[in-house]
Amino acid sequence: MGRFDGKVVLITGGARGQGRSHALKFASEGADVAFCDIAAQIDTVPYPMARSADLEETVKLVEDLDRRCVGDVADVRDLAQVQAFVDRAKTELGRVDFLLANAGIFSFGTVAELDSTTWQDMIDTNLTGVFHAMRAVLPTMIEQKSGRIVATSSMAGKLGFPNVGHYVAAKWGVIGLAKSAAIEVAAHGITVNVVCPTNVATPMIQNPAAYKLFLPDAENPTLEEAAPAFQSLNPIPVPWVEPIDISNAMAFLCSDEARYITGETLAVAAGFNASNAG
Amino acid sequence: MAGRLEGKVALISGAARGQGRSHAVRLAQEGADIIAFDVCQQLPTVGYKMATPEDLKETAKQVEDLDRRIIAREADVRDGAAVRALVEEGVAELGRLDIVSANAGIATFVPNAWEMEDDVWEETIAVNLTGVWKTLKAAIPAMIDAGNGGAIVITSSTAGIKGMAGIAHYDSSKHGVVGLMRTLAIELAPHSIRVNTVHPTGVNTPMVVNDYMAQFLSDDFAAANMMNLLPVEMVEAVDISNAVLWLASDEARYVTGTCLPVDAGFLQK
Repeated sequence: MGRFDGKVVLITGGARGQGRSHALKFASEGADVAFCDIAAQIDTVPYPMARSADLEETVKLVEDLDRRCVGDVADVRDLAQVQAFVDRAKTELGRVDFLLANAGIFSFGTVAELDSTTWQDMIDTNLTGVFHAMRAVLPTMIEQKSGRIVATSSMAGKLGFPNVGHYVAAKWGVIGLAKSAAIEVAAHGITVNVVCPTNVATPMIQNPAAYKLFLPDAENPTLEEAAPAFQSLNPIPVPWVEPIDISNAMAFLCSDEARYITGETLAVAAGFNASNAG
Repeated sequence: MAGRLEGKVALISGAARGQGRSHAVRLAQEGADIIAFDVCQQLPTVGYKMATPEDLKETAKQVEDLDRRIIAREADVRDGAAVRALVEEGVAELGRLDIVSANAGIATFVPNAWEMEDDVWEETIAVNLTGVWKTLKAAIPAMIDAGNGGAIVITSSTAGIKGMAGIAHYDSSKHGVVGLMRTLAIELAPHSIRVNTVHPTGVNTPMVVNDYMAQFLSDDFAAANMMNLLPVEMVEAVDISNAVLWLASDEARYVTGTCLPVDAGFLQK
């Protein structure tokens, strides 16, 4: 018997990384899974994004757990695509219990030099994409008078960081959006919360472009060389946490054990958050 | 099925009844053995009836009924020597110390901060803030020595994040433990000991549900002040226990230095 038997979880950005981990965690606790992913490159993103083979792999891994899985190609920047994904999930799996608004990208540039396409892709994906996902599921959740939404922000949603002002702006925005939605839908039995990770061991930060962000003076920094710089953020001496640590927080916030937690930001950040008031 | 805290030992202050008892029972359900203590006496500035030695015995019985071991003693969080002696006895008996729930607290109302009697301020700070520090001061060396890491969860309050009229002493004590938590999170991270706070809204316990509180909560201002976002008047003690359990569990291994409200959205208003 799992905590999520008979439930359906919707996940954006589920082809790999944290999204895939969430899919497997929820499936292992009994949920059927529907996820979407752009499964394509966005030109301003300096590392390879997920592809359809990744998407198919997540479907297979969920099905290996004897759970049903819908894996859809959808770009969270486009409300119509997100709505079509949600509608398909509802039709094929019969319900919508949880939304994990996880899809996100990472790119770099100082505010003084950032080009407007890089800014716009970031805001459209990491902030507007969360809105689109909420917009697409909330009418159903309001009608059924239940639902759980967890959005992925970041420690970058609580602090400023050089070279990623657009990412920071989007992640702060997610928190404002989630807190406002929490107030609007509380009376309908729906909770809305945010998880704020520190570095997570996924392809989004384990790539040469991200190593360069942490070690700007190194020519071709490797993971091993960059790890101490990543670790310097975290009082618990690890360079990054694992995707499962974020999945565990998501599962807690969606479980009955967290029925009275809403509008909150939960840092899974190895203590990076301890010196910050947010 | 193995519990989430199998083989662990948890120290819980204020465990005779209310949230503390609920934490003892919930952690024991997940396999932990318990070191429980409570002052079990009336304090002079507290206007509602505090826990008794019989209450503490009932907690011990409920834990033992779950086939878990418990050391339950009358001890005052303001008495560092007594808490140290208890930790020593508990660790000698149960073999280790992994989890601390610094839960003991009192709550009183005053007209305002400047007309509060000195003894009201002092007793609240002594129990709710200094008592937490003394509890942790007694427990942390045993946790570090054992080298098993661990988790500390301090019970703050929505009043540890937000100002509220009529409870400057309580509000100050509950804000204070957040500062203590954040500092300890940094100091204890190298020892893999995590430190977090939980922030309940009104909880259905004898500290809140009593004639003394009713008289303060009956006026409109207080009633509006106590309104939650989710349509529920109060949460139950087990809701706080579930948050303590999650923070103490391996699922939260990288969660430290956080404030976790269990407040039915109260703080979002």
